[in-house]
Amino acid sequence: MNTSTAQPRPQPRSLADLFISFTLLALQGFGGVLAVVQHNLVEKKKWLTREEFVEEWAVAQIMPGPNVVNLALVIGGRYFGLRGALAALAGMLLVPLMLLLLLAITYAHVSDHPGIAGALRGMGAVAAGLIGASGLKLASTLKTHPLGHVLAIVFCVLTLIVIAAFRWPLYVVLPVFGGLSCFLTYRKIKS
Amino acid sequence: MSGGLVLNLQWTDWLSLFGHYLLLSMLSVGGAISTTSEMHRYLVEEHHWLTASQFNASIAIAQAAPGPNVLFVALMGWNVGMNAGGMPLAFFGMLVTMVGILLPSTTLTYLAAQWGHRNRELRAVRAFKVGMGPIVIALLLATSWVLANTNAHAAVGGEWKLWLISILSALLIWRTRIHLLVLLAFGALLGGLGLL
Repeated sequence: MNTSTAQPRPQPRSLADLFISFTLLALQGFGGVLAVVQHNLVEKKKWLTREEFVEEWAVAQIMPGPNVVNLALVIGGRYFGLRGALAALAGMLLVPLMLLLLLAITYAHVSDHPGIAGALRGMGAVAAGLIGASGLKLASTLKTHPLGHVLAIVFCVLTLIVIAAFRWPLYVVLPVFGGLSCFLTYRKIKS
Repeated sequence: MSGGLVLNLQWTDWLSLFGHYLLLSMLSVGGAISTTSEMHRYLVEEHHWLTASQFNASIAIAQAAPGPNVLFVALMGWNVGMNAGGMPLAFFGMLVTMVGILLPSTTLTYLAAQWGHRNRELRAVRAFKVGMGPIVIALLLATSWVLANTNAHAAVGGEWKLWLISILSALLIWRTRIHLLVLLAFGALLGGLGLL
């Protein structure tokens, strides 16, 4: 779990660095920002390990509100407290919002054009794949999970099936599967 | 946007709009997009503050633009303000809905995350964060599946081509060092040329 706490490792240098980093991440996020955040902060900048990313993502996901906005808050807050959280949040929202308004004012009906609609479909297909790739990369953390890799993978696959195939709602899946997994993990780890 | 409504909104209406988004914020576990049907009921069916096409366009344009999906909420507030009398009110409407949808959830998330970080050595906190791992990874894979499926259904034919693009993108990002934007541009190009 906490294998890398001893050695120094990359982290944001300042509030401005956080703001700019999250602005750039948000601007690359067509059809969802999460895959971009995971790819850049974990695989490239290495601010977080895959294990840490999964832990922060668990918090961002379980709390109400837009997940990726929550994730920005949690990561920003981890380094610079409230100011870091606000800098990351502003980075995630400010410039993309201005761009969006510009788009809404000038090209209100742009999404009706067949070429644009086709391009959006193509980007949508890629974006769906990018999120899948993030899931596959993070699945490598299950190998060292305290439940043991077999049980951890069973939990993961069962959850995937009930959501994707049976369309169980989150308010059932999270308490049932999440609760059971957390309970079993609690019994496995030492305080 | 053309084809809008002409509204005369009182301050009680703005307050009601703000209150509604504050409430939706607390209910939006799984993201703001999970509350869109309730937004539709409130804005379009109950109050007639937005037309159905303005509502759909708000979501479509926000998805076409880069950035977090929650920005569609800003466009809804923007359009309500436009219907109520033009640009200054549109900015105000955008503030009302965005602050409404973000304030409760971000406050709660920040406090919970800081508490969790301070108590990270606590056995229950470790068990929660680590124990949720398999579940949230499954959620990512499920989201990918559902998005790929919805996206493929929107095609006029040749669903398999969109599925193929999704699967190839996942494998390429998983296994190679190719840049995300290169793949997105490639997808946009194929789609824009009418090949998908």
